[in-house]
Amino acid sequence: MSNHPQEAAKFVANDERMHWHDKALWFVREKRDLASKSIPEWEELRSVASEIKTHTLSKLDYYLEEFEKNATQKGITVHWAKDALEHNEIVYSLLEKNKVSKIVKSKSMLTEECHLNPYLEERNIEVIDTDLGERIVQLRNEPPSHIVLPAIHLKKSEVSETFVEKLGTEKGNDDPTYLTRAARASLREDFLDAGAGLTGVNFAIAQTGGVVVCTNEGNADMGASLPKLHIASMGIEKIIPKLEHLGVFTRLLAKSATGQPITSYTTHFHAPVVDGEMHIVIVDNQRTPFLASKDYNKALACIRCGACMNTCPVYRRSGGHSYGYVIPGPIGSTLGNFKDPKANKTLPFACTLCGSCTNVCPVKIDLDTQLYTHRQDLGAQGLLSKQKTISMKITAKLMQHPKLFDFFGKTIRKLVPMLPKSIVYSKYNIWGQTRDLPKMPKNSFKELYKQGLKDEL
Amino acid sequence: MNSKQYILNSIKNTNIIKETPCPQIPDFGIVYEDKFEQFAQIIKTVGGDALVCKKEDLDKTIASLYEDEKVISSNVDGCTLGNFNTDVDDPHKLKDIDLAIVKGEFAVSENGAVWIKNEDNKHRVLYFIAQNIVIVVQKDKIVNNMHEAYENIDFSDAGYGAFVSGPSKTADIEQSLVIGAHGPKSGYVLFVE
Ligand code: SF4
Repeated sequence: MSNHPQEAAKFVANDERMHWHDKALWFVREKRDLASKSIPEWEELRSVASEIKTHTLSKLDYYLEEFEKNATQKGITVHWAKDALEHNEIVYSLLEKNKVSKIVKSKSMLTEECHLNPYLEERNIEVIDTDLGERIVQLRNEPPSHIVLPAIHLKKSEVSETFVEKLGTEKGNDDPTYLTRAARASLREDFLDAGAGLTGVNFAIAQTGGVVVCTNEGNADMGASLPKLHIASMGIEKIIPKLEHLGVFTRLLAKSATGQPITSYTTHFHAPVVDGEMHIVIVDNQRTPFLASKDYNKALACIRCGACMNTCPVYRRSGGHSYGYVIPGPIGSTLGNFKDPKANKTLPFACTLCGSCTNVCPVKIDLDTQLYTHRQDLGAQGLLSKQKTISMKITAKLMQHPKLFDFFGKTIRKLVPMLPKSIVYSKYNIWGQTRDLPKMPKNSFKELYKQGLKDEL
Repeated sequence: MNSKQYILNSIKNTNIIKETPCPQIPDFGIVYEDKFEQFAQIIKTVGGDALVCKKEDLDKTIASLYEDEKVISSNVDGCTLGNFNTDVDDPHKLKDIDLAIVKGEFAVSENGAVWIKNEDNKHRVLYFIAQNIVIVVQKDKIVNNMHEAYENIDFSDAGYGAFVSGPSKTADIEQSLVIGAHGPKSGYVLFVE
């Protein structure tokens, strides 16, 4: 059950940290702007990307089958999982069959969504997250707070403290290079003795039957190429029809995500390693219902670049953990609310409706419209809080009756300045809990307008 | 009904997205006046560097970049610095390689990436496990952008390929860029004329 306002309040209570977090993400957003402006055809690229995604989703069953057929021909084994549990069972059974007791994992939001780590750990499999940011949050027993920058909420001094305790680094040394080297040394050992590598998938190409994984650190590549067993987990929406479509998506992904021209490694896996095995698990886990929804189907086009988070004024000031859903920010709010409106009903309100997310999204998902629509849906489903429902009802009444509206306005303008603060800002005024009411003017806009007309005559 | 059928059927039966034609990718990719210059400039921003040399100077050029590296592998024609044969049975045996000198197929100006195919090399992990990497590319094999790049890629006979842009890196600690995460700590692209 997520409660964004409550969690966000905790985050903003530390003013200094809030501004620091805001700045860090804005810095990434600015890098994205620079990168996108280096490409004159950027906006056309976004349009083509969006069209490719819409086309693919319209024939998703066809492309999934084509992908399976071609992957199988390449010697890759394809598995299908309807939900998180089945995904985890498949992964575990592959590990068990290959007598693997330790795995190295690279970033995969899907495995987070499926809670794969605890599932395997309960079955005595050691799971090492190898992306530096993910490793940091794993050592701290926290979930990632961002889909591309998992440890963006942490300061280097906190990372240093964690490493002193877990990796035996020097106390007080918080130099990022020193800390990264320490993690590198420790994770090298893990790569060398892991029995399998698990990766996510950025794109799965129906035409060629292979998957593409994009990383900067080289961890996915170490994990997928050193052990004999490579398991890649993907949601059904990762499919693209043709190899040439990667020309579009690889140009958009890293530039949107971090402003880099491309990730350090964009690896196309189309076969197992020598004498090894490669498995791909295709997961639905409540994705197909999006295809049946006219308002929300576009959310499945997401390529998980994180740009909507970096630009979001609410995300930047409330932190990823405040969302309480596996994917934070605008895209997480729409995905989470669609999948489980009851549990995630506060998320569509973690939004100012500024529309910045929609403007930066490389595949043009109508994020702000979706969040706005969710609000209506929540109302219709009776999931809004009592306070919100009552104030909405009153507002609707007033709006429908101009006379009543005028009367109400007049009364409020007169009454509020006379009342003591304790009443104006009582617990029923939820709006006023974090805001000051404006100074009450003498006349309403309508009155001023009428007066103005008269003066002109 | 197995899960595959279940998933495919639920897509078939419930999908309301109207079928649209698969878009043609317009011929809009950015082109550069001097492809090498652009490549060289970009790769510097991602922690790598591009150099040009004559084929007969390969050894000299690489040796001057890496004076202290001991275990060296090379599968590049014209380079004799290699002293470690990567054709071993177990890829774990590559763990002590200080420098890998490998062949790149072509370079991409737009983003400083080089396409590697792993054709002449048994273990993919070589590109990542080596402490340092030099990728050798023919000087005339530079394309402008990723659209042109994919015109040169074909998986009908291949099982692997990757774009490598500079050495491995991370900015996961307070957004400070650190070169050398899990893969190579330095990376040069050497163009031979
Ligand atoms: S919704 Fe768009 S901007 Fe947000 S992560 Fe997905 S692709 Fe990126």
